[in-house]
Parts: sequence; structure tokens; C-alpha cells
Amino acid sequence: MHRDGEKIMAKQKLMGLNGDEAVAYATKQVNPDVVAAYPITPQTIIVERFSEYVANGEVDTEFVAVESEHSAMSTSVGASAAGARAFTATAANGLALMWEIVYIASSLRLPIVMALANRALSGPINIHNDHSDGMGARDSGWIQIYCENAQEVYDTSIAAWRMAEHLKVQLPIMVCLDGFTLSHTMENVMTLDDETVHKFVGERPFIKVEGHLGEGEFRLNPEMPLTMGPLDLQDFYFEHKIHQVEAMEEALKYITDIDKEWAEVSGRKYDYVEPYMMEDAEVALIGMGSMVGTIRYVVDELREEGIKAGMIKLRLFRPFPSEAIKKAVGKVPVLGVMEKCLSFGAPASPLMEELMTTYYHDKEKPMMKNYVVGLGGRDVSPDMIKQAYKDMLKIKKTGKVDKLLTTIGVRGE
Amino acid sequence: MSKRTWQELPKGAVSYKSSMDYKTGDWGVEAPKIDHSKCTKCTLCHFFCPEGAILMREDGYTEPDLDYCKGCGICAKECPVKCIEMVRK
Repeated sequence: MHRDGEKIMAKQKLMGLNGDEAVAYATKQVNPDVVAAYPITPQTIIVERFSEYVANGEVDTEFVAVESEHSAMSTSVGASAAGARAFTATAANGLALMWEIVYIASSLRLPIVMALANRALSGPINIHNDHSDGMGARDSGWIQIYCENAQEVYDTSIAAWRMAEHLKVQLPIMVCLDGFTLSHTMENVMTLDDETVHKFVGERPFIKVEGHLGEGEFRLNPEMPLTMGPLDLQDFYFEHKIHQVEAMEEALKYITDIDKEWAEVSGRKYDYVEPYMMEDAEVALIGMGSMVGTIRYVVDELREEGIKAGMIKLRLFRPFPSEAIKKAVGKVPVLGVMEKCLSFGAPASPLMEELMTTYYHDKEKPMMKNYVVGLGGRDVSPDMIKQAYKDMLKIKKTGKVDKLLTTIGVRGE
Repeated sequence: MSKRTWQELPKGAVSYKSSMDYKTGDWGVEAPKIDHSKCTKCTLCHFFCPEGAILMREDGYTEPDLDYCKGCGICAKECPVKCIEMVRK
């Protein structure tokens, strides 16, 4: 069933798309009102393809060729506040440059969709994949979804609008795809027809808010003026931050509904957390993004060797689905947390810290160890993943975690 | 002025009142007290007030608007006859 109650399983067309093209094609089908973006590797193809759609008249979008990412996000905020569907895309240093406006977009509750082609933050300058950009923005108040492959990138780039615009949510969303590994790698992608996508995303809905002239739609409208983003001092700011906490709690409840609706239309179902071979697993890895595909492959190999390995793909990082993770982890004795991010001076990397916090008060919890891999685009090979599983088997045998965090794939480690 | 709880506030930090209704006078620690018996109606306090919170009355005297006065004390400092005293609220 889809939004209008009409039962369909849409006809689909197989296309060869890389991750960036999948974002651009999905966004073309959504036909947003405004796209403001600045090219940055590895996101550039998104903007290039989309500007071609604009030039060919295939979309009605107002394309704003801005002079920086700071302006890209500012334009998106202005457009979204005026009631438009606004889209932008960036990576690493581009995200860093738009930083202050990233926080403003979420606190003003503007449902902007942004594709983030995850790339290492400079310096030294590096254009390849890790999660230091997305993890850095984990406190910015944006929903974050990390995709595994180009198909998921396509599907999420459409569903993201409905998640962001849900009347109980009203938050901007980052659709994260690993730079190069996904952004520049061509894959088979099943695509829906334009009409089905139009019907699925529908029109942007608006919440009602009480402005100084009475109640009206939450959008800038000369007929019904509203003040957005006013000075918010000691006496109100704190309350408005609680609104954002509430919005994230609501997002955790309702994003799954959109995933279900999308599954009914596309036949592809996504969950916040996707466990694999966890029923009887003795050692398991949890991770995000493209590397979970390699981890799944390694699990199959280890199972053939008789090792009870399992894995969990974490798709939704913000809001953090603690309960769903615990359910997926179950009673596995050792959980390895594999991530492409380092937090200098911190006890562990971001995902590890979230998980340790999630489990702190529980009597029954897995022994956990943090494996940091793939910084600056370094390959995360099956052998490296096997090394983590071997280490976890040792932990299971000895009953002791030798240290909280270790790197894999660094010379001299 | 009792302020709304987070549950009662409109989403997106939208202002639910005009800025005229947002009384900022409670920011200050002190408030000016004008002694009209010494005042010469020169109105310098009115012109020096950075907040426009010293109002002119029809009878020529001035009067602080405590809804918006932040208690900075510039009026008291500038008054040539020293008829304004800053009093702790």
C-alpha cells in the first residue's frame, strides 16, 4: 500500500549507477524546489548530474550555484524556511565549512535533505573515505543514515524526504554514503518510475505553529508573517533544545514507518539495525557503511570454518537506536565495534562510546572492543576483518578485554 | 512574567509574541530613580539611554521604562545635576 492507499508493487528498471549518480537520479525523481550545492570530491558527481537534469529541463528545480558550502547550507535553510523542498550535498571539508548553518538548520526544524559522501577530514589533505566528517556532526541535531550500497543510497535518498518531513519529526537528514567505495563505484540499482516516486514523496506537509499574529503553517509567508531564528537567550534557549531532543525521540518512533511504506512500494525493506547470523553467534562485529558488506562476507567464510561469527549492520546512527541494537546483539559474549573514525584523546571512538553508554547499567552485556580501521580510505580487507574476529575469539577464551581500542591496518601497530 | 514550558512553546523557536511583549527589564541588577525636585528637564538622560528606556513625559520630566531598562546607569552618569540614583532592585 502506498500513501494514497493504492496497492502497487512498482515496475522497476535496472540501471548501472554509482552511489553519487544514485543520489542524483533519486533526487531528480523527487524533483525538489531548490538545490544549492558546491562541488567537492567525492560528492561532485551528484551536483554535476543534477545540474545536467536542470539544464535539460528534466526537473523544475531552482539550482543555485553557490560560492561555498557555507552558502549552500544557508541557501537551503532560506529555501526550506520559505516552504521549499531543499537539497544539498557535501563531503568532509565542505561539511566543515557549512558547520554553523548545519546546527541552525536542525534547530530551526527545517527538513533539508543532504547527501554526505563520507570523506576524511583534512589535514593532511585526503579525499578518500572514512567517517570523521559524519561522526563530527553527530551532535548537530541531524538524522544520520549510513548506507551500505548504491541501491540503499537510491532508496534512502527518496525515503529521506518523508522521514525528515514527518510532522512529528521535522528534522534535517544526512544520507551518508562512503566516498569512492560507494560514491564512485558502479552497481546495479533497481529504480522506480518517476510517478511512483512522486506519489511516495507527495507534497511537503507543514506543522502548525503559534506565531506573533496567531496560528499558521510553519513557513515564511508574507500573508502570515513568522519570526524564525530570533535571538534566544537564557530564558528560552534551553527549552528549545529540549524540542530537538523530543524530535529525535519521535524520529526513532516514526522512521521505521517510512521504511515499511517504502518496502511496500519497492519491495526493499530496511531496518535501523540489521543483524546477520546472530542467533547462535559467539563473536560479532557491528559497523556502518560499505564495510558491513565485507564483514558479512567474512562471516560466511568463518562460518564455513566452523566459527560461530555474526555481524550487525547499523544503518541509523542518529537518533541512536539503543533498544534495537540490544535486541540484535542478544546474548553474544563478545561484540567488536568496527569504525572508521578516531576521536583524539577520547577513551574510544564515537560508536564504541555510544554502545558503552547504552550498556553501562545492564547486568548482562557483551565484552566490547573497538577496532578502528580504514582511515583516509585505507582498504578494509577481509583479512583485517578476520584479524578482528580472531582477536574477539581470544577475548572470549580468556574472558578479558586487553584494551578498549585497537587499530587494524596501521604500520607499526 | 511567567514563561512557557518547553511543551507549550511553538516548534522551531518561532516567536509567539511581538518583541514589544518581550520584557527585557529583568536583565538588570539596578534601576534608575529620578528625583524630580532636582531635575532641570534637560532630557540628556533620554538621549543618552542606549535602550530608549527613558521616556519623556508631557510635563517635561523623564521617567524610566522598567519593562526595558537594563540598569546600565548611563543616565545617572550623564545627568548634569545628579538627580538620578541607581537603586538595586
